[in-house]
Amino acid sequence: MKKLIAILLVVPGLALAAGGGAALDKAPVNLHDKMSLQRGAQIFVNHCLNCHSASAMRYSKLSELGLSEGQIRDNLMFATDKVGDPMTTTLDPKEGKSWFGVMPPDLSLVARSRGADWIYTYMRGFYRDPAAKSGWNNTVFPNVGMPHVLWEYQGSQHLQAADKGATRLVLADPGKLPPAEYDKYVGDLVNYLVYMGEPARAKRVQIGIVVIFFLVIFFVITVLLKKEYWKDVR
Amino acid sequence: MAATNKPPVTGAGPFNGVLTWFDQRFPLMVLWKSQLSEYYAPKNFNSWYFYGSLALMILVIQIVSGIFLTMNYKPSAEHAFASVEYIMRDVPGGWLIRYIHSTGASAFFIVVYLHMARGLMYGSYRKPRELTWIFGVLIYLCLMAEAFFGYLLPWGQMSFWGAQVIINLFATIPIIGEDLSVWIRGDYNVSDATLNRFFALHVIAIPMALLGLVAAHLMALHETGSNNPDGIEIYENLDPKTGTPVDGIPFHPYYTVKDLVGVAVFLIVFCAIVFFSPEVGGYFLEYNNFIPADPLTTPAHIAPVWYFTPFYAMLRAIPSFFNMQVWGVIVMGAAVMIFFALPWLDRGRTKSIRYRGPIYKAFFAVFIVSFLILGYLGVEPTNVWGEFPKGMPFVGGDYIATWVARVLTVVYFAFFLLMPWYTARDKEKPVPQRLT
Repeated sequence: MKKLIAILLVVPGLALAAGGGAALDKAPVNLHDKMSLQRGAQIFVNHCLNCHSASAMRYSKLSELGLSEGQIRDNLMFATDKVGDPMTTTLDPKEGKSWFGVMPPDLSLVARSRGADWIYTYMRGFYRDPAAKSGWNNTVFPNVGMPHVLWEYQGSQHLQAADKGATRLVLADPGKLPPAEYDKYVGDLVNYLVYMGEPARAKRVQIGIVVIFFLVIFFVITVLLKKEYWKDVR
Repeated sequence: MAATNKPPVTGAGPFNGVLTWFDQRFPLMVLWKSQLSEYYAPKNFNSWYFYGSLALMILVIQIVSGIFLTMNYKPSAEHAFASVEYIMRDVPGGWLIRYIHSTGASAFFIVVYLHMARGLMYGSYRKPRELTWIFGVLIYLCLMAEAFFGYLLPWGQMSFWGAQVIINLFATIPIIGEDLSVWIRGDYNVSDATLNRFFALHVIAIPMALLGLVAAHLMALHETGSNNPDGIEIYENLDPKTGTPVDGIPFHPYYTVKDLVGVAVFLIVFCAIVFFSPEVGGYFLEYNNFIPADPLTTPAHIAPVWYFTPFYAMLRAIPSFFNMQVWGVIVMGAAVMIFFALPWLDRGRTKSIRYRGPIYKAFFAVFIVSFLILGYLGVEPTNVWGEFPKGMPFVGGDYIATWVARVLTVVYFAFFLLMPWYTARDKEKPVPQRLT
């Protein structure tokens, strides 16, 4: 058990340092999958926004995901009626602190500070722990103050001892979604969080391809120009 | 009046008239000729000679992108972090400007380190170019200050704690240290006051000093003429008819078109980073800096950005003596300052590494390797500030890493301090009369 705790304590640190440790599962991120991003946005406003803010993200920005202003207004906005407003939680910081120990952090950039794989593994790593204040613990973030918000979908897991002092998570009580479906569900959420961390990312890569193409042509021209001028240098 | 005696400008087609008008009121043609079209540069510059012009271009990129960033950035502890995200999301093209500026910072150091390595290899710091070298080292110092001040501005966790750690280095100085660090911060802690003054220094003070130093660096260079990979003086071999160096070619158009090739290659690499991987795995933009500064929560790992890490590794390696931590700071400072002395430490008869003896070559190779390994040792995250983490890849435990860093620190200084001895005794090869 001590070894496990040591590993668990070290792994998030390593993951942060190396940008993805071996113990983390690969998140299925695809910023071109607009349907996945829309589902992720829905999950985010339904389940995360109750306690967490995303103060750098405006509701109106969701139109980039193929949603009309009406759709955003009707399906995704609960805390405000202005689409230009940022996604802020209605949770009072004092209450947040008394409930969870800390005010739940702003999630605008969580995919950039933690990494997609970390969140993906974290959201699938909750298990029942009677010793914890919320009744939940997490393999990626031990003794986290956050309860398992999506437990209705995943069900409850238990931590079981496996070979050589290692442990594994076992689904004791199935939820609304079968495990593969739940993974997809979390995958959509993580996909959305990655989008929200840097909304310009897909566009950035697109523009980049054109820029590099232009620069390669520019390079050829400069090489020819140099050769032309340097003909008479011996 | 001298102006009326000047010949009219020719060769500019329809602009001859305008340029003649200018030339009679401004030393236009004199500057053009002396600095570009009749500034003779050795004809054998290799690819190591791209980095000077590239550094100049990055300076311009940083100033221009910086101007646009300041239009939307708010230098206050309350709004700084959010204003950077505002630039990244709501300002049209803001993300591009910000990534250009953040990538430009690291690119500046890469190019300047390569430029300095070139100077070392070919002896560009040797007589008569000592002043060019000294202005260059001053530029390097300004660049470090500029990077340090600028890194606080996004007001992320790494900005805050990095500044905290570096300012605390000054607090280790006996007697005046505490007061000095308070004077730098303008507060007892890194705070809004610190952010505001760092903004002023980053945006006005240091850039002005940089521009002046770059001008001085170029003026000194053009006074003596450029060195070259052979390390011999082209002005000692003049064409009797024209009075120009036999092995020299006018900087313009030959090197302007050649440097354009360097610019193209550089921009391809630069844009690939800006558009495809601006974080560069957390080395150019640290992951923890996407968390707003929190004076109450120390991040698990505080590591400086990669360009400071060779010196940071020295700091980590030096133990405290007589209950004082200042020794590491002194060594770190000396590691940078010793570059100033280089022109007078080198007693070799040849300048270029091509004709140096085996002892110099060995020292030089070991010096470069030690600089790189120190950089690696400094970039590895640590839990306790000033110590190496346990179980590091390649070097094993913190104990070994500390000793590796100590040995390499000694090697680093040995390259400089033993230089008067080994360069004077080395078996050098004969230097050719003409460029090869």
